[in-house]
Amino acid sequence: MKLLLKIWRQPNAATKGKLIGYTLSDVSPDMSFLEMLDVLNQQLIDKNEEPVVFDHDCREGICGACSLQINGRPHGPDFGVTTCQLHMRKFKDGDTIVIEPFRAKAFPVIKDLIVDRSAFDRIQQAGGYISVNTSGNTQDANAIPVNKHDADDAFDAATCIGCGACVAACKNASAMLFTSAKVSQFALLPQGKIEATRRVLNMVQQMDDEGFGNCTNTGACEVECPKGISLENIARMNREYLSASVEG
Amino acid sequence: MALDSKIPAGPLEDKWTNHKNKINLVNPANKRLIDVIVVGTGLAGGSAAATLAELGYNVKAFCFQDSPRRAHSIAAQGGINAAKNYQGDGDSVYRLFYDTVKGGDYRSREANVYRLAEVSANIIDQCVAQGVPFARDYGGLLDNRSFGGVLVSRTFYAKGQTGQQLLLGCYSAMNRQIARGKITMYNRHEMLDVVIVDGKARGIIARDLVTGKIERHSAHAVVLGTGGYGNVFYLSTNAMGSNVTAAWKAHKRGAFFANPCYTQIHPTCIPVSGDHQSKLTLMSESLRNDGRIWVPKNMDDAEAVRKGKLKPTDIPEENRDYYLERRYPAFGNLVPRDVASRAAKERCDAGYGVNATGEAVFLDFAAAIQRYGKEQAHIKGLDENDRSLVTKLGKDVIKAKYGNLFQMYEKIVDQNPYETPMMIYPAVHYTMGGLWVDYNLMTNVKGLYCIGEANFSDHGANRLGASALMQGLADGYFVLPYTIGDYLSNDIRTGKIPTDNPEFDAAEKQVTDLLEKLINNKGKNSVDHYHKKLGKIMWDKVGMARNAEGLKEAIKEIKALREEFWNDVYIPGGENEYNEELAKATRVADFLELGELFAKDALHREESCGGHFREEYQTPEGEALRRPEFQYVAAWEYTGDPSEEILHKEDLEYKNIEVKERSYK
Ligand SMILES: Cc1cc2nc3c(=O)[nH]c(=O)nc-3n(C[C@H](O)[C@H](O)[C@H](O)COP(=O)(O)OP(=O)(O)OC[C@H]3O[C@@H](n4cnc5c(N)ncnc54)[C@H](O)[C@@H]3O)c2cc1C
Ligand code: SF4
Ligand code: FES
Repeated sequence: MKLLLKIWRQPNAATKGKLIGYTLSDVSPDMSFLEMLDVLNQQLIDKNEEPVVFDHDCREGICGACSLQINGRPHGPDFGVTTCQLHMRKFKDGDTIVIEPFRAKAFPVIKDLIVDRSAFDRIQQAGGYISVNTSGNTQDANAIPVNKHDADDAFDAATCIGCGACVAACKNASAMLFTSAKVSQFALLPQGKIEATRRVLNMVQQMDDEGFGNCTNTGACEVECPKGISLENIARMNREYLSASVEG
Repeated sequence: MALDSKIPAGPLEDKWTNHKNKINLVNPANKRLIDVIVVGTGLAGGSAAATLAELGYNVKAFCFQDSPRRAHSIAAQGGINAAKNYQGDGDSVYRLFYDTVKGGDYRSREANVYRLAEVSANIIDQCVAQGVPFARDYGGLLDNRSFGGVLVSRTFYAKGQTGQQLLLGCYSAMNRQIARGKITMYNRHEMLDVVIVDGKARGIIARDLVTGKIERHSAHAVVLGTGGYGNVFYLSTNAMGSNVTAAWKAHKRGAFFANPCYTQIHPTCIPVSGDHQSKLTLMSESLRNDGRIWVPKNMDDAEAVRKGKLKPTDIPEENRDYYLERRYPAFGNLVPRDVASRAAKERCDAGYGVNATGEAVFLDFAAAIQRYGKEQAHIKGLDENDRSLVTKLGKDVIKAKYGNLFQMYEKIVDQNPYETPMMIYPAVHYTMGGLWVDYNLMTNVKGLYCIGEANFSDHGANRLGASALMQGLADGYFVLPYTIGDYLSNDIRTGKIPTDNPEFDAAEKQVTDLLEKLINNKGKNSVDHYHKKLGKIMWDKVGMARNAEGLKEAIKEIKALREEFWNDVYIPGGENEYNEELAKATRVADFLELGELFAKDALHREESCGGHFREEYQTPEGEALRRPEFQYVAAWEYTGDPSEEILHKEDLEYKNIEVKERSYK
């Protein structure tokens, strides 16, 4: 296939960026999207030009590093996948593809297609954990049985890879889906209950402090989430928040 | 220099307890006076950082990703072993110990493996308390499955995403300490050297990958949890950034590198599809619980399948060769990885491979779908002879167990594995070699510790499935935090370690010289060009099967390639900015040295064991031939050039286990 790529180039956070066009031929449909970019980069390096940088590591859809806005959609046109799992067979010969970084005030651009998502870490640090000592003296794991249904729901919420597609998809750049997934995981487990009030209040506060927008229930996040994190988590977080606010 | 493994005296079962009881402790108030650097935030480094911080030490943690949560451990799929005997199938600490030593082909240290088995049950308790959502059964109890090389069900899992859940567990433990100010986290930082002062590791030189700034960080001890070096093969199941740099730099500063050639080749990966390929994708070994592995019995059929003229489903049962079940009736499809990988290669080399390149075998779920479907129909009181109903019910069961893996396969290969068998082939997966450490997980450099995949210790020549996660967390949560106290108890009066001494100056200069040399080289080939070439030499001549002649060639070729790299590599961009090519170049430079030592180690080891198969040493049936005179750890000392490294041997004694021929028949 032959493609016209329009790629956001920005040398660093302080410099303005712009879209630059590149043509690429001999793209095989079996390549992943990132392998297609590898081929482009090889060509740029061969011409002594600077390659396009993008975040990536596992290339298996699990680390959450890759983060491209492709033709206006986080992780591109396929459903339920990350950019590294997107394959070129989803595109046609002659297509023009616009590639940009995930855009949000809370995700400043570092270079080209790489953004700084450390705001997510800080939300987690505000309470996304269970306070247990790593002393080796914890009780037997089967001492508290967990209803399979709850365990499965907690697992589903826990599968969020922290990629930020939900933020990039949202017209308000809200981080509700991400935050609610974490809140839900612990809210559903007996071990996490004791700190639930403090957890939800602190995490929501941090989310606001980081400059993420409000949730207006548009649902774009759920549609673009590669892990199928459900809007139910937002509803659960809102319930937790409400009761925490009443208590607190 | 003699290697002292510091294995405590006394009976095997009491060694760890006795050792812990005698270890010097650091008073909590004094821990505040001590800094520890932890490089790496995967399962090993992350759990160590969290635990050390909780104990009260000041921890500085480093990773090259943008967040600890993205460390390569996140990708582990299948599960984590623990001797809980929840299933009542006869599991015990001894049995886990026994399986691990045997699975490692009697090339691991007894005392370490016993300790690993001993603390394994605790890991599960710890993770559950942290909110790790392991699979549960309907009674609310934890569920288990089985992995290659064992006959009990001791593997705990969270669908096909166990590593993710375990890592998020230790990441959350880290977050708690970051919030308390006990861990300072340095994301997007790469360690480029370790600094030794008066014979003790006292700090590191790191590069801020965003600004390019070179930084000095000091501490009373340095812990490396920097993962494995499988990417020396270019293509592997490892994440793209996984590299050997931290361990290699430590090696160049005196730490011995043990068993570099012990590589695990995983039998169930998606085969290579073309030259553009950047990495290989693992399909969890747990699939072998239900999938049957086969190739056509007749050469004609194999050829027709390769050409796309015959569908696998058209080949009748009697014309299929379920070669693992045929050769190893006791373990069948669940033989250990080295055995399964070799058997697949043997069939493909003989001409029975099933994809276009002839390098793939089938992993077939049709029988499992029927079996589970019948069972479900029976449970639900439905017609067990209604084939389409049974198929549907069976597919649902398979979907619940492996759904995400099947989906991943379909995305990559564009074929539906519910309808047609998967194609799989072995790929480089895990490296059992690494920095030599003693029982305390300290390298032979004082104050320099190494944990997780980066060390050599617990797996011997072959790692059984679900035991790397176990080792990483055992090291980080339950072993290192104790043993390091013994060492640090001498440092309570030392005070802050300065960074303005000649040792830091020299290390920093070395690092900046290296970076400048690379940037100013202005050659004509990209870093990947060299990495791919190195990978090809490694796979062809130092891969699944090796012989003396090929290894000697490999050593020469790698040397020549290294020279070419330094003359002709081209790195665009500058030093003081985000420059991925520069970061890659430093890693590949180290791979080019390690690769040579790797081949040298493979050459000297004139035996086949575990993942290391020397063609000259095999039984008449083509099984690996281990030789008793090689029952030692090969620990290499750097002397300025990989080809001149000096071999030190740590003899391995088995007092509690009888060394037997490893048979899975
Ligand atoms: C696809 C896949 C599936 C697997 N499945 C299983 C399984 O089911 N069960 C099992 O037991 N094992 C499994 N394994 C193996 C297991 O995942 C790894 O062995 C284990 O996670 C390694 O953990 P670690 O903490 O030692 O290193 P890693 O998780 O690799 O972490 C390395 C850390 O070091 C950092 N680092 C490295 N170099 C530097 C440097 N120079 N400067 C700064 N930071 C650095 C990285 O940023 C990272 O944080 C699997 C492996 C793969 C690839
Ligand atoms: S909720 Fe979904 S889209 Fe958002 S960070 Fe998690 S995985 Fe990514
Ligand atoms: S690179 Fe890890 S999810 Fe895409």
